Amino acid sequence: MARIMALPDAVRELVDDRDAVAFEGFTHLIPFAAAHEVIRAGRRDLTLIRMTPDLIYDQLIGAGCVSRLIFSWGGNPGVGSLHRFRDAVERAWPRPLEVEEHSHAAMAAAYQAGASGLPFAVLRGYVGTDLPSVTPTVRSITCPFTGEVLAAVPALTPDVGIVHAQRADRDGNVLIEGIVGVQKEVVLASARSLVTVEEIVDQLSAPSPNSVVLPSWAVDVVVEVPRGAAPSYAHGYYERDNAFYVAWDAISRDREGFLVWMREHVDPNLEPA
Amino acid sequence: MTTLQASSDELMTVVASRALRNDDVCFVGIGAPSAACNLARATHAPELVLIYESGTLETRPDNLPLSIGDGELCDTALTTVSVPELFGYWLQSGRISKGFLGGAQIDRFANINSTVIGPYDEPMVRLPGGGGAPEIAANCGEVFIIAKHQPRVLVERIDFITSLGHGTGGTARADAGLVTAGPTLLVTDLCMMRPEEDTRELVVSSIHPGSTRGQIQERTGWEVRFAEDVAETPPPTDDELRILRELHERTRRSHAGG
Repeated sequence: MARIMALPDAVRELVDDRDAVAFEGFTHLIPFAAAHEVIRAGRRDLTLIRMTPDLIYDQLIGAGCVSRLIFSWGGNPGVGSLHRFRDAVERAWPRPLEVEEHSHAAMAAAYQAGASGLPFAVLRGYVGTDLPSVTPTVRSITCPFTGEVLAAVPALTPDVGIVHAQRADRDGNVLIEGIVGVQKEVVLASARSLVTVEEIVDQLSAPSPNSVVLPSWAVDVVVEVPRGAAPSYAHGYYERDNAFYVAWDAISRDREGFLVWMREHVDPNLEPA
Repeated sequence: MTTLQASSDELMTVVASRALRNDDVCFVGIGAPSAACNLARATHAPELVLIYESGTLETRPDNLPLSIGDGELCDTALTTVSVPELFGYWLQSGRISKGFLGGAQIDRFANINSTVIGPYDEPMVRLPGGGGAPEIAANCGEVFIIAKHQPRVLVERIDFITSLGHGTGGTARADAGLVTAGPTLLVTDLCMMRPEEDTRELVVSSIHPGSTRGQIQERTGWEVRFAEDVAETPPPTDDELRILRELHERTRRSHAGG
């Protein structure tokens, strides 16, 4: 049974220094509020896993929480660069960032393998690209039935998986709607899981027998955080704040501007170094 | 009829949109590819099926999405599937006929770099990376590329192969084990380029109105070659431009809403 907790307690209990943490949400349902709590908790040396690092990891990286990143596309969607991510990779600020870089197809398959309890994922991927030469975890395997050589990547099994969802009932069953991304896979692949939700309700009222539902017994902690995915969005609750995604480009472009914004909006005591 | 004057971006988008067919199923990259695909849907290819990597199948947005996962893509989709399902059941299985990509660097064999400028371990510029592109380039039936015609984009040698085009040319792509056609068209703001039959090198097949051979060579990082019968690209029609401008205007209003 999932426990229903407050966000500061949940984050401090579930996320330790040096953990591998996956905050997922494919453009939609990105758990920003939980990430901000991790920043306020001052966690360090995290390995962060996420297909699209997005603004959420730009903030965690710039805040000095991260030493390693596993990812597949690190930009501000439709806008340009993630400046804090680039500053860390190009100039090691506020600390060096080691990267393990994949493609989306491989990361999606690796989460699926993790959720399925398999040691690795297999895909027809990476053919002719330079990624295997820089990412040692991209290997190959020969199909025992056809002889085809396929790509293999290790399963993703984070210490903590964190996602946002529309709602949970009081037992902690969770409903996810809209662009579901890898929300289900990351929760099931992780040793511990935290789901923030827009609201906790008496009746889950899943709209269809095929709705994406995470049973309470497959989730560790549920936290009610209205607007917990903003400036990304929660389908049925609020829209993506595209204007903020555009504005982030200027806010994050230099270190000082970034710190001013973060201290005003996330953590007044932030000291990234 | 043509009375409106097209900008170079508009020209590129209109020409790219014409390459899509009404019966295509297209995996859409964000930015210029997305504009071209939605223009095609609003003009000559109303039944064109668009798929974005967020899992939205057969989506029909009224505005251009800023990201590949804007809510409108889901609201207007026939169905939305998980990301593992999208890349597995739909892309890897070969159900998508066209992939439409951009890229920071492209070479003469249409290999694409969207990972780093400079050495990987000490990059001058860390670009976003591959995302869906490596497998879109490998597993879609064929690939269209759209890019601004600039010497820093069309380069002699790309710094990193993020997405395989025709490799080192000739049969290199098939030798690597791929059965799909790979890039069959590069649309820039100056011209269209297609891979030559045997060498698979991109050669200029059509020159846009207002561009010249000299200009194309000047802005290409390798010694560019021209097909034997180079066509002149028909200019954007007033209808195409009006519809594209309306699309951009709706998009501006929508994104400013915040």
